[in-house]
Amino acid sequence: MEWFDSFWQVYSNLVLTVGINALLALSIWLTLSCGLLAMANAAFMGIGAYTAALLTMSLGAPFAVALAGGIAAPTVVALVIGGPTLRLSGVYLAMATLGFGEVVRVLILNAESLTGGALGLNGIPQLTQWWHVLLALVGTLLILWRMRRSRIGRAFEAIKEDAVAASLMGIGVMAHKMLAFALGAAIAGLAGALNAHLTFFIGPSEFGFDRGVDILTMAILGGTGGLTGPVLGALIITLLPELLRGFRDFRTMMNGAILVLIVLFLPKGLWDPQRVRQWLGPGRR
Amino acid sequence: MLKLTTVSKHFGGLSVLQDVSFEVPSGAVFGLIGPNGAGKTTVFNLITGLLAPSGGAIELGGRSLLGVKPHEITRLGLGRTFQDIRIFKEMTLLENVVVGMHAHLSYSVPGWLFSLPGFRSDERRARDRAHELLGWVGLAAKALALADNLSYGDQRKLELARALATQPKMLLLDEPVAGMNTGEKVELMSQIGGIAKRGFTILMIEHDMRFVMGLCERIAVLNFGRIIAEGTPEQIKKNPDVIEAYLGRDDDSAAA
Repeated sequence: MEWFDSFWQVYSNLVLTVGINALLALSIWLTLSCGLLAMANAAFMGIGAYTAALLTMSLGAPFAVALAGGIAAPTVVALVIGGPTLRLSGVYLAMATLGFGEVVRVLILNAESLTGGALGLNGIPQLTQWWHVLLALVGTLLILWRMRRSRIGRAFEAIKEDAVAASLMGIGVMAHKMLAFALGAAIAGLAGALNAHLTFFIGPSEFGFDRGVDILTMAILGGTGGLTGPVLGALIITLLPELLRGFRDFRTMMNGAILVLIVLFLPKGLWDPQRVRQWLGPGRR
Repeated sequence: MLKLTTVSKHFGGLSVLQDVSFEVPSGAVFGLIGPNGAGKTTVFNLITGLLAPSGGAIELGGRSLLGVKPHEITRLGLGRTFQDIRIFKEMTLLENVVVGMHAHLSYSVPGWLFSLPGFRSDERRARDRAHELLGWVGLAAKALALADNLSYGDQRKLELARALATQPKMLLLDEPVAGMNTGEKVELMSQIGGIAKRGFTILMIEHDMRFVMGLCERIAVLNFGRIIAEGTPEQIKKNPDVIEAYLGRDDDSAAA
């Protein structure tokens, strides 16, 4: 186990980041599975991160309380902004939620006395253990997996395909959209809280537009047809820059090229349940 | 069962429906016919809550439907199919129909989270019922196929089964045989007749006169947003206003 110890010493941060990114990808997958292109997940992550970090640093709250706060705060915010924004659809919803993300970033930037402004929060206690991340990821996957097989998951899918037809099946469209949005915010907040207590430092620039696009890319690249896709996407987006270290100056270029190629040739994402079924079971459709 | 009283609808200055009144008695098969653009589908959209009427009253079993949301109207016992088919294409036939039972699956959050017996029996019952409803429209054999792969006629039948899954007291069918060939039409006619015999009240929009005359006990005719005639199929066939609306005036009608 000696090799493992040395591996873990170097790479534990990277492995845990994969887990946290997987949570983020799942949070946006949830809204996508309900047909919502909501881009507020980076902001929700930020709200969760700041809430949790402030709880441990300023109030000395136990880690469990900080995590709960990191989940609750973005959920409440999602419930408030969901009312007006979820009436929008398609790119209009994306624009509104991106705008909300900017508002959150600017607020964090200017609430200096509380958030430290542009300097961010330093010296957050490193309380996140590997099993915290594992537990959060496995728990989230379990809940989402069970939900997909219930009437709620079917309602999400029906809304994604045709919201009008779904409403005439007796499905409360707005309530289900709200549920997907709020639950997505809760997962993103949890990821933010875990991340804050892993990286020692958080700043407002971490939770801006770039992060939002990153999260979306993970889900789309992996494939939104199931739960495997977002996790796979998070794994690749997180590890690819590390694996390409050898390319030195060309690293980001290679990174981009690989992503473009995947999207070009596998438009449904890497993990497309139908294609995988074809590979595994020849003879079946 | 369903009663419309002087319902009107206008979009801006354009008046689509004026003083539309008719009543569908419980257990009836009622036809709503009229030339293209007469406003028939608008009537359906008003009844199902997708549009709000500009004036008048709509009641289902004595209860006003004004201001009630579409999904709540469905839960009050109104099922509907669409003229432009709106099935869930990425789902199997079975899943399509099970979605229709959404409001009638009442298991709790711990139920689905931990797959408790109540959840499992509810889901099993929903699947069994879905198989049965697919059988009613002759699609039981294709239950596990993807809905997108169905023929046009079969997609309409699937929509019918899905509407039945919402456990309606009344069905609104928007051109159920549009785009079907004669054989399919005859088959669907007997299936709808069978559904009516089970006690469902049916209100249908249809262009195919043989189909409407063969199935409906009463018919209302809509032309330019107004009801111009209502009566039994025999009365409608002989009504001069109806003949004029469909075929034009006087000497031209000899062509009928």
